This record gives sequence, C-alpha cells and structure tokens, in this order.
Amino acid sequence: MTEDVNQRNREKLRARGVRLDYWNERTRRRLEILAGIDLTVREGELVAIVGPSGCGKSTFLAAVDGLVKPNAGAIEVDGNPVIAPGHDRAMVFQQDCLFPWRTVLRNVSYGLELRGELSRHEIRKRAESLIELVGLTGFADSYPHELSGGMRQRVNIARALAPHPELLLLDEPFASLDAQTRDFMQLELLKILARTGTTALFVTHQIDEAVFLANRVAVFSARPARIKQIVEVDLPPQRSLEMKLWPRFRELQDEIWRSIYQETIHLTAAE
Amino acid sequence: MTIEPAAEVLILEAAEPAERRVGLRGEGAILGTVSVAGFLLLWQTSVAMGWIAPLFVSSPARILVTGFGMFRDGSIYPDLAVSGEEFILGFGLAALAGIPLGILMGWYYRLNAVLDPFVNALYATPRIALMPLIIIWFGVDLSAKIAIIFLSSVFPVLVSTMTGVRTIDRDFIRVARSFGATDRQLFRTVALPSSVPNLLTGLRLGLGHALIGIVVGEMYGASAGIGFMMQTAGATFQTDKVMVGIALIAAAGMAMTRLLKALEKRFDAWRPDHHL
Ligand SMILES: Nc1ncnc2c1ncn2[C@@H]1O[C@H](COP(=O)(O)OP(=O)(O)OP(=O)(O)O)[C@@H](O)[C@H]1O
Ligand SMILES: [Mg+2]
Repeated sequence: MTEDVNQRNREKLRARGVRLDYWNERTRRRLEILAGIDLTVREGELVAIVGPSGCGKSTFLAAVDGLVKPNAGAIEVDGNPVIAPGHDRAMVFQQDCLFPWRTVLRNVSYGLELRGELSRHEIRKRAESLIELVGLTGFADSYPHELSGGMRQRVNIARALAPHPELLLLDEPFASLDAQTRDFMQLELLKILARTGTTALFVTHQIDEAVFLANRVAVFSARPARIKQIVEVDLPPQRSLEMKLWPRFRELQDEIWRSIYQETIHLTAAE
Repeated sequence: MTIEPAAEVLILEAAEPAERRVGLRGEGAILGTVSVAGFLLLWQTSVAMGWIAPLFVSSPARILVTGFGMFRDGSIYPDLAVSGEEFILGFGLAALAGIPLGILMGWYYRLNAVLDPFVNALYATPRIALMPLIIIWFGVDLSAKIAIIFLSSVFPVLVSTMTGVRTIDRDFIRVARSFGATDRQLFRTVALPSSVPNLLTGLRLGLGHALIGIVVGEMYGASAGIGFMMQTAGATFQTDKVMVGIALIAAAGMAMTRLLKALEKRFDAWRPDHHL
C-alpha cells in the first residue's frame, strides 16, 4: 500500500449499471437480483461487500468472475469487458471445494495446468512457492481430507493465487472457521495480498472482518441489490489485530451495522 | 455440438461409514475364522458320524481330497483354462465397452436419453432368459459363453459408471469453470476422476454377474469348463466334484472382489460424499 498516486488511481475493476435477473423455473417468475450495481475497485485495493443474506453478493461476484452473465450493464477488468472466466481473475469459493482426488500440490497447480503455458517443472515450482506463502510447507503431498478447515482454506486461496490473478474474488472464505483461526487468516490474507500486489473483492457477513480487511466497504441493499453506501475505512493501512479494539473501528462497525440493519427491516417488512 | 453434463443429479448409494468398525483390531477376522472353522468341523462330523449321507453334502475332507486329486492328475486344468478364457474375454469386453459407454452416457445428455430405455430394459431382464437367443446367434461354442458373460456383467459396469459421471458435485464444476476450464478439460479433470469410485463399484458388481454367466453359459451345450464339469458331475451324482467346482468359483470370486474392494478403499478416502 505504498504505491505512487498514479498506481493507486488505476482502476482494476469497473462495474457500471450491472443488472441481473434469475428465471425461477418452478415459480415461473423472474427474480430481480441485481438492480444496477456501480462499483469501482482501484489497483491494490481491498473492497469488502456486506449486505443482507440473499441480496445478491455471491451473484455479483460470480458475474465479475464471468460465471454468470448480467442482463445489462458493463463489467470491465483493466478496461477489458468480462465475458467469461479469465486468468486475470480468480475466485475463492465459500466451501473450499478442493478436489479431493488431488494432493495439495496438484490442487494448487490446477489453474496453471488448465492454462498449459508453463512446463510441468515451472508449474511445480510456482505451486510450491505458493504453498510456502500460505504456510503449508510440508503438506504438498497431503490430500485435502487430511487437512484441517483452516489449512484447506489456505490451499483454496493458494489455488486461486497460483495463476497470478490481477483480481481476487473471495466469497465468505473464512465463514466456516473458528474465531482464532479467522483472525490469523485475516492477517495472513493481508500479508499475501500485499506481497503479491493483488486487488481483492471480499464478500463477508462479519462486519468486523470487513472493516479490518478493507480499504472500503460496500453495503448492498436488500434484493434487488444496489450499492446502498460505501464506507471508507480510514484506519492506518498497516492493519493489526488490536485495531479491532480502537474506538474508530467500533464507530465504523456501528455505521455499517446500522446500514445493513435498515435493509433487513425493509426485507422483513416486504415479506 | 456442445457438451453438457446431464442435468439430473442422482443420489449416490450411501457409502459404508469408515468408522463403523467396533471392538478390537482384527476381532472381526478372528470371529469369522472361528465361525467358518466351526461350520466345517460340524459338517465333517455330521458326515463322519453318519448323520447325513455324503452323497448329498459331500464333506470338507472329501472335497479337499477330490480337489487335490483333480489338480494332481491334471484333469481340472482344461476346464479351468476354458472357463478362465471365457471369463477374461467376456468380462474384459464388458469393462472395455461398459466403462466408455457409461462415461459417454453420463456426460452426453442426449446420448443418455437415446440409449437409456434399452439399457434399462436389458438391465431388468434376467440375462439367463437371453440364453436361447444367444445360442441361436452364436451356437454353443466359446463365443456364446463370452456373449452371456458379457451381457451379464456389462450393465452393472455401465450403469454404475454413468451414475458416477452424472453425480459430479456442482461445486467442482463451478471451480473448474472459474479457472477457465473448457468442456474437454472439465471432462478430463473433474468428470473422470470423480467417477472412479463408482467405476470400481461397477466392476465389482459386474464381476459377480460374470461368474454367474460362466456357470449359466456352460449349462447349455458346453464341452468343457468348470460349469460343465459341475454339470456332468452332478448328473452322475459325483457330489464331491460338484463341490470342488463351487469352491473354485467361490474362491475366484472372493479373491477378485477382495482386490477390487482394496482398490475402492484407496479411493474411498477422497470419495466426494464421504468427504463432505
Ligand atoms: N441459480 C439460481 N437460480 C435462481 N435463483 C438463484 C440462483 N442462485 C441464486 N439465486 C437467488 O438469487 C438471490 C441472491 O443469491 P446470492 O447467492 O447472490 O445471495 P448472497 O447475497 O450471496 O446471500 P448470502 O449472503 O446468504 O450468501 C437469492 O435470493 C437466491 O434465491
Ligand atoms: Mg453468498
């Protein structure tokens, strides 16, 4: 986070008026999920997305990844329109979804194998360095079922980072972890992102997690989602765990909490 | 033509829980051995004491003596060779055809829709009912035996493999897509490996059916083979020889099932439904 001003102002992700409907076959009705999302993420930034459950956060992430196609609007990464999944983006799914038949090393190699640009040896070297980066040296030949939840999630992150994406999309990656492991993983993630210079979009339900990790927090409205508010996190860029006890941290948390709470009320009132 | 994984998701047969074993390590094996030994002893005693005529049930000792005799004088080898050849060709062809076809039917929704009625009908038909037809088509030589063994074992292999491909976890598909996998890559890196456990189960089930196929096939106009040997021995009340045949088939079946079970165990650790 010490780039010059030029770098900092470069747009990595630019979403304009992203609308997305799902057709529900059972009820034979169109369900409006995203009602025009405008969001810009600058290079090196981490933007957290919070919002009521079911409002469309995962859907937005999937749209940025190119897994689903918006009905209207534009999503650009580095100025290139997103039409399909690409190597400039990588997704860390909520369930770790590691391939159980692949070792840690081969899970991490997956994206590079598909790409087929590097030699076997280079892929191996890159994967090994990522395994080291996430602190799992010595587990390269383990299978996912031999790892703890926290370790699996780190493999999940390493797998996403291996193809050197410009933009990392994380969908509640730490939701299933216990509080201590989560704290640890948050710090680790910040270190890894800083070291690799990766930009990130991070969906979470934990407001403290959003405030702790993010440069900015985008609050989604209830479905159909718009961006209700963007909160600048004016904490020092070098985050440490005791900041969670700072009064300013609390204020930010409260502000975001209230914002989501209003939406939840709308949600229940509408039903 | 675009490749689209079949839409429906079937529910896998529940895998045996790995941690069901209770009691001391090896206790099961000891109990099993003791119960078998006890049974053999009771059997032998009943015959020795004249409670049951050996003509009906033979006896463990007589089976052993007869069996060794047949190996020593070499009279069993031609039968073993014939049945072995039938089995290897019939079951081998079943695996060779069943696995690829199962994979394709699991993967291509349309192919599945076209072939499924036939597979279902044939799977539900007792294969022994096809024997007269097979004799009309193939006569009574080796090819007829291969055909019945093939028909007996191909469907379990095919259906189980197909189920494996069709029940791929959707999350894995999403991960692969997110990494930009093409259809072919999705097939190679997700569909194939995740259906290996089902494939092995299919082979194990098919194996049992193939052994039935040997016996059934050789009951119709065969001139050699273990089934034929049993048939002729039975017709002349040589109960001991019939029992030797049964023991040989049972042993072969158990040995091969063991082997496949051991393989399945190795893959079970990462079986998706086991893991989640
Ligand atoms: N494949 C789909 N087909 C139809 N509707 C869907 C599909 N996927 C999601 N939805 C609907 O879209 C809405 C938004 O889902 P999404 O997963 O994006 O929410 P979310 O904000 O990530 O929720 P959560 O915080 O609980 O994860 C939900 O109401 C859901 O019912
Ligand atoms: Mg979600």
